[in-house]
Amino acid sequence: MNIVVCIKQVPNTIDVRIDPVSKNLDRTNITGVINPFDKNAIEEAIRLRDKHGGEITVISMGPPQTIDALREALAMGCDHARLLSCREMAGADTLATGYVLSKAVNKIGAVDMVLFGSHAVDADTGQTGPIVAEFLDFRQITFVSQIDMEGNHVTAERMLEEGRERVRSKLPVVMTVTKHLNTPRYSKPVNIMKAFRKDIPIWNYEDLGCDINMIGIPGSPTIVTEIFEPKRRSEVEMIQGSPEEMVKELVAKLTADHAI
Amino acid sequence: MIADLNKNKGCIMLFEFTDEQKMIQKMVKEFTKNEIKPLDMEMDRNGFNDELWKKIKENGLLGIPLPEEYGGAGGNAVTGALALREISRGSASVAVTLDAHWLATDIVFHHGTREQKEKYLHKASEDSIFAFALTEPSAGSDAAGIQSSAEFDGTHWVLNGTKAWITNGGISDLYIILAKTDEKKSTKGISAFLVEAETPGFSVGKKEDKMGIRGSMTSELIMNNIKLTKESLLGKVGDGFKIAMMALDGARISISAIALGLSEAAREIAVDYAIQRTAFGRPIAQHQSVQNMIANMDIGIRNTELMMFDTARMKDLEKRHTKEAAMLKIYSSETTMQTCKDAIQILGGNGYSRDYHVERYLRDAKIFEIGEGTSEILRMLVGSMSLNK
Ligand SMILES: Cc1cc2nc3c(=O)[nH]c(=O)nc-3n(C[C@H](O)[C@H](O)[C@H](O)COP(=O)(O)OP(=O)(O)OC[C@H]3O[C@@H](n4cnc5c(N)ncnc54)[C@H](O)[C@@H]3O)c2cc1C
Ligand SMILES: Cc1cc2nc3c(=O)[nH]c(=O)nc-3n(C[C@H](O)[C@H](O)[C@H](O)COP(=O)(O)OP(=O)(O)OC[C@H]3O[C@@H](n4cnc5c(N)ncnc54)[C@H](O)[C@@H]3O)c2cc1C
Repeated sequence: MNIVVCIKQVPNTIDVRIDPVSKNLDRTNITGVINPFDKNAIEEAIRLRDKHGGEITVISMGPPQTIDALREALAMGCDHARLLSCREMAGADTLATGYVLSKAVNKIGAVDMVLFGSHAVDADTGQTGPIVAEFLDFRQITFVSQIDMEGNHVTAERMLEEGRERVRSKLPVVMTVTKHLNTPRYSKPVNIMKAFRKDIPIWNYEDLGCDINMIGIPGSPTIVTEIFEPKRRSEVEMIQGSPEEMVKELVAKLTADHAI
Repeated sequence: MIADLNKNKGCIMLFEFTDEQKMIQKMVKEFTKNEIKPLDMEMDRNGFNDELWKKIKENGLLGIPLPEEYGGAGGNAVTGALALREISRGSASVAVTLDAHWLATDIVFHHGTREQKEKYLHKASEDSIFAFALTEPSAGSDAAGIQSSAEFDGTHWVLNGTKAWITNGGISDLYIILAKTDEKKSTKGISAFLVEAETPGFSVGKKEDKMGIRGSMTSELIMNNIKLTKESLLGKVGDGFKIAMMALDGARISISAIALGLSEAAREIAVDYAIQRTAFGRPIAQHQSVQNMIANMDIGIRNTELMMFDTARMKDLEKRHTKEAAMLKIYSSETTMQTCKDAIQILGGNGYSRDYHVERYLRDAKIFEIGEGTSEILRMLVGSMSLNK
């Protein structure tokens, strides 16, 4: 079974600066890490490969330094990595990103499963996986918390707000995964050394056969009109009395606020 | 860090870490934070933690400095120092256990035959802990005075004697044991042997109830007429002392990395506390005496770091570093003692409590002035090398 894992490099810090002019995230001087949920996707891919055979290719679209994230994915145990990068791809929204990723999946070829994180912790739309599924015309299962394989079928459990749902699908399939799926492994030092000897080819839009009008800024219909920090409103109210009285009053207030 | 000083300014190159080293360091840091550090206090009370060591083995930390052909990560002295420093920020006990293992594996790697390396080093990278046994109840600093004996009976080496204070004694699968093969000779009468834990007649004696690094195991070893094949001799007959001293030069870099990590852990607690705790209307960090202690910590930490990476670099370039390693070890151990002691002082009464870690750190720190050559012995070594140029 051949698996592609799509990973995004996200900023390591929570205090991300937003470029006031372009309204985009200012990515200079921020060290990148693999989006945490994408690590769950990598972990699951490795477990599935080790059990059912096949190869894992990890891909990411992003600026050149994204190669560090790909290197780390190799160190965790992925077989191949491809960086999708060129000037023309810059400024992409989820649609343009999804388009490029789907082109890469097609170029890799004979792919049975494409795994994504449920969402990226920075831009956080959760749209990329489903968009790729549409471009590829693959079945899709989102918010996956458990995966079982049976021949060329997959049974997945979805984590929904109100409960869990079991879904069965034929391959090929796109899945977006949650942190409940597994615990990602550490990269063993010996595998880190091996990862640095692997070649990570860079594919530009021509290599992928992309339509120039569907990538980067021209391919991104999303218009970010404004980005702002939500205003913090905090009111502190001190409750007085004996412990019993205070608990009673607190419970009453929380109930009134629909907090519990 | 330090490398940035030099970029394009025509300055001399100091230290530049490779991308591989940086990624290994990052991995070890993360592993330490999640898996090791949370257990250090518990290990101080209950000793060596098998579950944790299972994880350490599974995640390939045993083999960091061993070549890839033996399943290791091909790291060098610099990589080893980076890793031990990170681990020691979480637990000096765990770092010391690994240091003793690496000391022993380093000896097998440098002095073992092809067969010995094939037989033992794969295991050393994967799941076997090794130990190095020189000290005896009646001979520590005076290593030439050991009394354990090895006699060749025509087919086998027969070993008798007792070793004391052996780190990893009781948890190791392989012991490097130094014994006298010629009573008449001093240092040249000592040879090194590879002794497997299951060898008949070999047993583990008293487990030491230590002041610090209580999460590491330290035991007595007893050899009662144990029989070893010819292939168990490591290096040539009479080379044991030389082999041990060479290995200790390297191990003193490792020990200093551990002392450094411990200093940094104590400093972090002290600084956080000094900023938060107020006395006489302001954070204690604003009182000059407290600042002086922090300043001294930083001076010690930075000096240790510079000396340590420089000595590690010498080892990696295969330059003799006996004197440098001795100076480094004296400095790093005395720095960490002072740093941990001052950290307690900054925390006041809380520093004296077991809940705030720094009292444990001070108990841990004391070993570095004793193990792998006491400060007195090492000062003698440095002094004599300085004067006998
Ligand atoms: C040159 C260049 C510059 C870029 N600059 C920016 C920028 O400034 N800001 C920005 O947010 N993005 C940037 N991107 C990346 C791209 O625009 C975003 O990744 C995309 O908009 C995804 O949106 P999201 O974060 O909401 O992802 P979500 O839809 O929330 O992510 C869900 C999952 O999709 C996958 N995924 C998401 N993005 C990628 C990706 N790029 N490659 C592979 N898999 C992915 C991951 O598995 C992730 O867990 C840049 C890309 C390039 C080539
Ligand atoms: C926790 C722990 C772990 C250890 N692990 C190991 C191990 O894995 N393998 C191993 O082989 N050993 C190990 N040791 C032993 C350690 O190396 C010795 O304790 C150390 O070398 C000192 O030897 P000693 O204890 O016999 O002290 P002694 O040699 O008896 O020294 C006692 C004191 O006298 C001083 N002294 C001795 N001679 C002189 C002199 N000529 N001039 C001035 N002062 C002198 C010493 O500096 C010291 O202060 C360990 C010890 C400890 C505490």
